[in-house]
Amino acid sequence: MLLKVALHSLANRKAAAWLTLLSIVVSVTLLIAVEHLRVQAKQSFGRTVSGVDLIVGAPTGATNLLLYSVFRMGNPTNSIRWQSYKALQNATSVDWAIPISLGDSYQGFRVMGTTIDYLEHFKYGSQQSLRLAQGKAFQSPFDAMLGADVAKQLGFKIGDKIVLSHGLGSVSFSHHDHAPFVVSGILAATGTPIDKTIHISLQGAEVAHMSQQQAEQVMHRVESGQDVDIEISAISAIFVGLKSKVHSLQMQSVVNRYQAEPLMAIIPGVALTELWELVGNLENILLVVSIMVLISSLLGLATMLLTSIRERKNEMAVLRAIGAKPWVIFVLIQAEAMLITVFASLIGVGLVWLGLMMGADLLAQEYGLFIDSNVFTIATWARVGLICCASFVLSAMPAISAYRHSLQQGLTAR
Amino acid sequence: MSGGRAKALNIEQLTFRYQKDTPTIIDIPKWQVDAGDKIFVSGQSGSGKSTLLNLICGTLTPTSGTITLLEKPFSSLSSAKRDEFRAQHIGVVFQQFNLIPYLSVRQNVELAAYFGKGVSKESRELLRNNMSMLQLSEQLLEQRADQLSVGQQQRVAILRALINQPEIIIADEPTSALDSQAQAGFIQLLLDSVRQTQCTLVFVSHDIGLAQHFEKHIRLDQILNSEPSHVA
Repeated sequence: MLLKVALHSLANRKAAAWLTLLSIVVSVTLLIAVEHLRVQAKQSFGRTVSGVDLIVGAPTGATNLLLYSVFRMGNPTNSIRWQSYKALQNATSVDWAIPISLGDSYQGFRVMGTTIDYLEHFKYGSQQSLRLAQGKAFQSPFDAMLGADVAKQLGFKIGDKIVLSHGLGSVSFSHHDHAPFVVSGILAATGTPIDKTIHISLQGAEVAHMSQQQAEQVMHRVESGQDVDIEISAISAIFVGLKSKVHSLQMQSVVNRYQAEPLMAIIPGVALTELWELVGNLENILLVVSIMVLISSLLGLATMLLTSIRERKNEMAVLRAIGAKPWVIFVLIQAEAMLITVFASLIGVGLVWLGLMMGADLLAQEYGLFIDSNVFTIATWARVGLICCASFVLSAMPAISAYRHSLQQGLTAR
Repeated sequence: MSGGRAKALNIEQLTFRYQKDTPTIIDIPKWQVDAGDKIFVSGQSGSGKSTLLNLICGTLTPTSGTITLLEKPFSSLSSAKRDEFRAQHIGVVFQQFNLIPYLSVRQNVELAAYFGKGVSKESRELLRNNMSMLQLSEQLLEQRADQLSVGQQQRVAILRALINQPEIIIADEPTSALDSQAQAGFIQLLLDSVRQTQCTLVFVSHDIGLAQHFEKHIRLDQILNSEPSHVA
């Protein structure tokens, strides 16, 4: 009954109620989105790489090396020599080492040259291995293995041809028309940047950069079943697995002091944490700002209610006359606040969900963030609960004012 | 004041002042209203009428003395108990603004039932019967209260006051918003309804001309313990 009265009372002040609702919707959307993205981004960061003990590349910032090797963002500052890879592979404490070569792209998807070991040793999430959903791993230099999203978005099937271009971006002026690749396999979805990557062999990556003539020669030899021996000149980075994790720090300093060429090694977990701290600070600021926005819109709600009480003195007197206890007046005001807040929160959460459904691909493609668009989690509802509590506390001001007023004025509305 | 009949209202040694250091506004040595009486109380504005009504309805607490309603102690109850008592046993009709403007006629009346004896089949039936008695068309039930004419609103106020079948009806200048033609009709309707339900009516107004409609008439200064300045 009281809820019905509150609802009608709000309907009676439609314009003010809708504006207040709108302002709370905006702030709830902001807060829930920031919080959801924060948690999801952190998870997404953490699950991109696991089981790799060291990442070795040319000297640069740790974050930069991590970004291009794992997140496929940005470009390697410098390449490293094949000999360095060989030396590292043969080091006693090294279990396995996977070379990768980055640089090319195809319609915005990164092309990465690597070896077959990548499939075997690289892990993501909680020690999950890469798995082929269809086809087989690359064997010839012209085979390509697609990430799940690449295949899905470009509509590629096993056996389709891809012409790779040099450099980034879907529009490129120097197409390598001479090097058509064939899709040999498609990886199962991982929710990491791997899904957005086209994997080819290191030899394939070299061929993509050869002159037209050389490339055709290689192609003929492959087609006629001859052995091809393509020399690998340089690679971008190396993923290293050690026989024992205990040696990570020791091996890191060995790599950093490597004589033949300047190298740099990072421990993925440490670099991820550093990167997260960098981003995390920004997210904390965003969180604080969105809490401020929420508080200001809840204050707007309280103001709206407080103003309305002046116009509603008669109403309060009537309620008292028909036997409403003063706390009923308090409850009525709070019910109005709750109706607006709960309704606004539901709309806000819905908007975040819609936004994520539509924006998830963009986030994954542009920023390498894989976000679960399901915002209907316990954590979200807990936040909505907190928002309602905040609304209750701030609306207590007008509610108590109405309560006091109805105590003093009694039945006479003057 | 016949001693044998039951008393609807009994006031003894009642004084009231808002704060300790403010003057006493109400001082009534003794005043009784018999059950079933329809009494007209006249008093100028500023004579303490509304304070007295607030005391009788229980929204103010006496500084000293007692108010007994329906032969049960009233002023000594807690304010929550007095609110409950008012909801169930007293119907109030104001000068104007009797209704909550954004609720329908039905919702206005049922809200009173909700605070009083509860919305039931019986209360719905009563509502229907009383509507015809008050010459209100049933089509008005779903209309918003602020869409009614002032006359209709005042009749709905009676409708609402009667919904819990109260023993006492308090009317505070209920006709002052009506034109003189409508006043007589309204008072007759009110008296008829009160007669049918056999409840006590305390009708307060500054307009002595209305006294002709009532069996009993008392001036407020007759029951108040007049201060020297008021002595005629």
